[in-house]
Amino acid sequence: MSELDINDKVKEMLEKSAENAGSKNSEKTFVHPEDEEREVIAPDGSIIKVNPIYDYFSGKKPTEEKPSNGVVEKFLNWARSESIWVLGFGTGCGSIEIPPLMTPRFDAFRFGIQMRPTPRQSNAFIISGYLSVKTLKRVIRSYEQMPSPKYVLALGSCTINGGMYYDSYSTINRLDKYLPVDVYIAGCMPRPEALLAGFMKLKELIKEGKGEKANEYARNFDEYKANQKKIIKDWNMPDYNW
Amino acid sequence: MNIYVKLAYTLLGFFLVLNWGLLMSATLRKIVARVAGRHGIPFYQPWIDLLKNIGVRTTLSHGFMFYLGPVFRFTGAVGMFLFMPALFGSDMWSNFSFEGDIVLILYFQLFGMLGMAIGAGEGGHPHSAIGIARGLAQHAAIEIPMTLGIISLAIQYHTLSFTDIVAAQQGGIANWTIFTNPIAGVTLLLAALGAMGHSPFNLVKAPNEIPIGPPTEYHGTYLGVLMSSGVVLHVMEAALFMNLLFGGATNWVEFIIKTFLINFYSVFVGVVFPRFKIEQSVVWFFKVPMALGILAILIYSF
Repeated sequence: MSELDINDKVKEMLEKSAENAGSKNSEKTFVHPEDEEREVIAPDGSIIKVNPIYDYFSGKKPTEEKPSNGVVEKFLNWARSESIWVLGFGTGCGSIEIPPLMTPRFDAFRFGIQMRPTPRQSNAFIISGYLSVKTLKRVIRSYEQMPSPKYVLALGSCTINGGMYYDSYSTINRLDKYLPVDVYIAGCMPRPEALLAGFMKLKELIKEGKGEKANEYARNFDEYKANQKKIIKDWNMPDYNW
Repeated sequence: MNIYVKLAYTLLGFFLVLNWGLLMSATLRKIVARVAGRHGIPFYQPWIDLLKNIGVRTTLSHGFMFYLGPVFRFTGAVGMFLFMPALFGSDMWSNFSFEGDIVLILYFQLFGMLGMAIGAGEGGHPHSAIGIARGLAQHAAIEIPMTLGIISLAIQYHTLSFTDIVAAQQGGIANWTIFTNPIAGVTLLLAALGAMGHSPFNLVKAPNEIPIGPPTEYHGTYLGVLMSSGVVLHVMEAALFMNLLFGGATNWVEFIIKTFLINFYSVFVGVVFPRFKIEQSVVWFFKVPMALGILAILIYSF
């Protein structure tokens, strides 16, 4: 392709994207300009079609992942309960209660609890207090990237009924409409001791084989997704973020 | 000895080293915790973490090389184990050390890293790419004093064979390389700090830097394989310096004590000194350790 042709092509593309921007229906899905389906010119002059959202993520729905049989699952559940890796994502004011958990006074490492920096390696998610709509979007993405089985601890009264932000325009009131919650830890704010008690409760649940909320999420996926989309207006990601 | 019997002993030895590595990593983490005034993890935590990782149900792949990354890393660990004598003078536990020499071990040290670089690169996460760039830059800097030290040893003993170098150090503490060739010894011990990957040289994989570096995308069984190869590498890195500098080991108790102390030395330095940035650590290896390494070679050249 000669230089002249490329210039024509670029001009054509620019016009096309300008048209798209003008005619975008805001009630439909909200897509950032850089995430739109488009054609790009590679360094060698060839033209490639890209659709960033679907090139980077899988759009597949989650499926239920059945537990193993009997003794094996019990043994694995014991291991899971003794090795809880928490995603280090402070979502609200309660995240200030998490660092003391790892310090000499409370030392959660004793109970096999560790912080992990990436959702791929974590199996517990602490929603620490109020959750703004903007954060909820990130929380959903992070939750869906965690491998199953995964658990959610909801910290503070804000996650139960909205707490002192019950009438705020930007926060959600009930977390379990949007994500399945395993353990609620009430209080405003709960102290690290309460958080430790919550972890102990979570351990009991996992050992009893009740930590199957990831499957519940997959089972009721459409319902959860409808609730999430109702409140997140600028939904610009695939339905399920692997 | 029959090759199959030897293979069986080698596999058993690998199993022992894996479990010793898990126990040692727990002990060292407990020591760090006690320094910080914490109680620390239970000593069996690494085994549970390993089980938990194997029990993770979701497994995602980013492609063929993503699978091979942990496998390459594991191969690096196994290679280091296979071609180094675990116990000197033992028919059963000297593995296949007669088949390879130090150059091969140095290659296996790098091999796992390169495999990991390709695998983590296919993961596509930007943090992986940054982690790899940092890791390889630092490794290149560590290799220089380490290679200089080893060349000095090779000139001293006129060989690159592990078995011969260990054999030359038998017959008392005074024969250990650390006393017969102290300058090369110090060079190698400084390089060991970097090779062990504890603070101050742990920027590459520290969880509180850009999230965890190369293994960002690895989870479940992949992470389990990475964990096991990590602990084996820890023991074998220590065994490398044990064989080069501290007279090797003639029984398992000696092996355990020496590898533990060498690892403890790097952890001890780690709890005292804070983490270097990558440009600081690279420059650090190019200063004193490299100068000492050149000096160690010059002494034996004239």
